[in-house]
Amino acid sequence: MAVRRLAASDVQPSEFAFSAKNVTWAKAQIAKFPEGRQASAVIPLLWRAQEQSGGWVPQKAIEHVADMLGMAYIRVLEVATFYTMFNLEPVGRYHVQLCGTTPCVLRGAEDLKKVCHKRIGGQFHVTPDGKFSWVEVECLGACVNAPMVQINYDFYEDLTADSLEDLLDQFSAGAEPKPGPQIDRQFSAPVGGPTTLTSFNTKGGTKKQAATPKPPLGEGTK
Amino acid sequence: MTKVIIDGNEHDLPPELTLLQACEAAGAEIPRFCFHERLSIAGNCRMCLIEVKGGPPKPIASCAQNLRDLRPGPNGELPVMFTKSPMVKKAREGVMEFLLINHPLDCPICDQGGECDLQDQAMAYGVDSSRFQENKRAVEDKYLGALVKTSMNRCIQCTRCVRFAAEVAGVPEMGATGRGEDMEITTYLEKALTSELQGNLVDLCPVGALTSKPYAFAARPWELSKTESIDVMDALGSAIRIDARGREVMRILPRVNEDVNEEWISDKTRHVVDGLGTQRLDQPYVRENGRMRPASWAEAFDAISAKVKASTPNRMGAIAGDLCAVEDMFALKELMTRLGTANIDARQDGSAIDPKWGRASYLFNATVAGIDKADALLIIGSNPRHEAPVLNARIRKRWRAGKFPIGVIGNRADLTYPFDYLGAGADSLSKLAGSDSDFTKAFKAAERPMVIVGSSVFTGKDGAALASAAAKAATDFGAIKDGWNGFSVLQSAASRVGALDIGFVPGEGGLSATEMTAYGTLDVLFLLGADEIEVANGAFVVYIGTHGDRGAHRADVILPGAAYPEKSGIYVNTEGRVQMAKRASFPPGDAREDWAIIRALSDHLNKRLPYDSLAQLRRTIFVAYPHLARLDQIEAGQPGDINKLASLGGALGKTPFRSSVENFYFTNPIARASAVMAECASLASGGAALTAAE
Repeated sequence: MAVRRLAASDVQPSEFAFSAKNVTWAKAQIAKFPEGRQASAVIPLLWRAQEQSGGWVPQKAIEHVADMLGMAYIRVLEVATFYTMFNLEPVGRYHVQLCGTTPCVLRGAEDLKKVCHKRIGGQFHVTPDGKFSWVEVECLGACVNAPMVQINYDFYEDLTADSLEDLLDQFSAGAEPKPGPQIDRQFSAPVGGPTTLTSFNTKGGTKKQAATPKPPLGEGTK
Repeated sequence: MTKVIIDGNEHDLPPELTLLQACEAAGAEIPRFCFHERLSIAGNCRMCLIEVKGGPPKPIASCAQNLRDLRPGPNGELPVMFTKSPMVKKAREGVMEFLLINHPLDCPICDQGGECDLQDQAMAYGVDSSRFQENKRAVEDKYLGALVKTSMNRCIQCTRCVRFAAEVAGVPEMGATGRGEDMEITTYLEKALTSELQGNLVDLCPVGALTSKPYAFAARPWELSKTESIDVMDALGSAIRIDARGREVMRILPRVNEDVNEEWISDKTRHVVDGLGTQRLDQPYVRENGRMRPASWAEAFDAISAKVKASTPNRMGAIAGDLCAVEDMFALKELMTRLGTANIDARQDGSAIDPKWGRASYLFNATVAGIDKADALLIIGSNPRHEAPVLNARIRKRWRAGKFPIGVIGNRADLTYPFDYLGAGADSLSKLAGSDSDFTKAFKAAERPMVIVGSSVFTGKDGAALASAAAKAATDFGAIKDGWNGFSVLQSAASRVGALDIGFVPGEGGLSATEMTAYGTLDVLFLLGADEIEVANGAFVVYIGTHGDRGAHRADVILPGAAYPEKSGIYVNTEGRVQMAKRASFPPGDAREDWAIIRALSDHLNKRLPYDSLAQLRRTIFVAYPHLARLDQIEAGQPGDINKLASLGGALGKTPFRSSVENFYFTNPIARASAVMAECASLASGGAALTAAE
C-alpha cells in the first residue's frame, strides 16, 4: 500500500450530487443511527457515492457526503483514505482486484499479474477504451480457490493465465462470464466432484461405500 | 478513593484518575507523547507503559486506563503498579526504538532541538545505535498557513494537533489520512488553518514536526532569557513568557494560569513579536512647517511647554490608549490634575461605561474560571472568538462538557460552538424576557446563568441605556444571586479596567474622548498610546507611544515610549484581576518608559510629580487604590451595583450590535506593525498567502 491521495484535479468532476434514488436510500441509512450519530453512515454513503461515480470517489463526492452528514471534510477524507476499498482515482468499467497474498502467489498469482500488465498496463491505469483497470490487493479470503481475482462485485477463482485472458476477452466482448471457480468445481468443493460422503443418498438411506480408496492428500486439486 | 501500591508505597487516590495521573500523584514520572491533560485520550504513542498487577498481564498504556479498572488480587491484595521495573524500562525502550526508526536524525537543524520531548525522552529510553537497516519513511511537508511550519518526516503521529484543532480550537480541520506507515497529518487538501489559536499546535507538538514559521531558525532555547509576563493584546491578560535574546524579543510563549488562559494563548499574543521591532519610535520628533523633524527630548519638552503655557486648563486634555499600564495612566492623570484640567479619558471607543456605576458594572464578574461553573450563557453584542480567543476556547470547553445552552444577540458569527441566535439589536434584548423560546426557558431555569456583554454595547449614543438593559436582563434572569454574579463585561482593551479603576475618565465638567477629539474644543491634547481614535485638526497633539501609527501621524510632538515587553507595569484584566507585566527587554534608542516620560515632562512644565522611581510611583498608586497592590487577585465588584445599573433605564436605539473587534489581527499599533499579523489577516480574509507554500 502506498500513500493515498485524491486524484489529480484535471480528472476530478466539477460537481457531485447523489441521484434522487440514492438520496432516498442515503436518508434511510442515516435514519438507522440515533440523532447526533449520523457520522456513522459515512462508509455506506461513501460506498454508494463510489458506485454512482463509476467505481471511484471524487473530491466532490467526499464533500457532498460530509455536508450530508454534518461532518468536517477532513473527517470524511480520513475514512476515504483509510479504506482501500475506496478508489480515489478513476477505474475501468471492469476493475480487477488481483489477490497477491501468499496462497495465491504459491498457486500462480504472479502469472496473472503478468497478464494484467500485458492486457491492461500498470496498476490503476485505465485502458483507453475505459473498460479495464487493475490493482493488486491483499487476501480476499478465497485461498481455497487460489489464485483468484475480484472483478467488480464477483470473485473469479481457480484461474490460470489462460483462463484470466479468456475472462478479460469475454468482458471486453460485452459478455458476462460466470463468476466463481473457472474450472470444473462447485464452489470450494473438490475438483471433479465429491470425494467424501459419496455414499450419502439425498433420497434417504446410505449407498454402499464405494470401493475406490481415498485419493492421497493434494490429489483432489488436480 | 481507591487504594493502590505504586512503586512499593501505598496511596489512596480518586478512582477516576488514570493510571498515569495516579503515578504522577505518587511522584513517579511517566514519559508520554500523545497524552495531554487538556485533550481527549488517544493512547497511541505507547510511551507511558507501566507494569500492573491487578490488570491485564502485559505492559499497560497508563494514560488510557482508570484506577477503577484495576482489580484486587485473589486474596484481596491491592493492585500494584511499577513505573521503574526492568519490564517497564524494556517496554519503553522498545517503543522508543520503534519511534526512532522513522524519525530523522536532524536534531542539529531542528527548531525543536533543546525543547523536544522526543529528544529528552530518548536520553532516558533511547539506545545509542539503530538496528534498522532499511530506508526511513519520507513524508511530504504540508502547508498549514502562515504560522505553523511543518516538517512531517519528524511526525510521530501522536495526533495531539488533530485533537487540539477539533476539541479546543473548535475547527476540525486537521486529520490523519491514510493508515499504517502511510498515515499523514494534514489539513483538508492543505488549506490554511482558520483558528486564532493555531500557534498552540506548535507548543503541543512533542517533536519538531510542527514548528513556528515566523520563528523558524531564529534562536535556540538555551540562548534566550525568559521573563514571565502578562499579555496585553486583549483584555484577558493571558500569562505569557517572553523569550528575548539580548534586547530583542524573539518569541512569546504561554504560561500556565488555570484561572485565566489555562495554557493557551491566541495567535496575536504569540506572533505579534515582529511588530515590536518595526515602525518603532526611537527618538522624539517635533513638527516643523508641517513635517516631523527628529529632535532632542529637551526640544520636544520645550515645544510642549510653550503650547501648554499658551493654553488654558480647560482647553487641554489627555486620552489613554488600549495598551497602557496603570502606572502610565496614573502619572498622566496626576499631571493633568496638576495642570488643572478634568479632560481625561481612556475610552477611545466612546464607551458610556462609567466607574461611578460601580466596579461590578465593568468587570467580567463571573470570572473566566467561572465559565466552567455556569450552566447557561447569553452573549450580548460580542464575538468572543475575536475579542478574546482563549476565553472563547473556555466557553467551548464548557459547551463540550454538555448541558450549556448558549444564546447570542448581536452579530451572527462562527463562534466554534452552536448557539441560539436571538436577534441583532436592542429590541431583541428587550423582547427576550417576554419570549417563550427554548433558550429563554432554559436560561430562566438555569441555576448559574451568565451574561457576557461585549464592550461595544456601551459605545454609541444609547450606550448607557444599553448597559442598563443588559444589566436588567442579567437581574431579570437571576444572574445576580448569592455566590454568583453572572453579569460579565468582556472588555477588549487591556488597559480599560485599570483605567476605570483609577478613574481615568472625565472629572467634574471634563470632556470625554469623543468631545476632546472634535474640532476646536482643545488646544493641547496628550495621547498616551491612543491610536484607535481620529483627532480633528486644530489641537496641538502630543503623542506618547511606541509605533508610527495613527496617533503618531497626527502628532505635533512625538515622545517615544516603551512597548509592553519593555516596561514593568500593572494591568487589570477584564475580570478585575490585577497582574504585573515584567520587563523582558529595553525600549529602542532614546525611547523611555512612559511613566518616566510623564515624570520628566511634569518637571519641565513646573508641575513636578512627586515620584522619582517606579517603586515610589507604585506606592502612591497603592495608597490611592489599595486593591491594585493585591497581585493576581480579584477585588470582586458589588452585585448591588448591577441592580442599580439595571434601574437606570433609558431609551434604546435600533442599531444592531457589532463586535468591538473588526479585524482580529489589527487591533492595536503593535499588531498593525507586524508583518505576520498582516499575513494572517490576508489569509483570514480569503486572500492568498504572502509567502508561497513550502
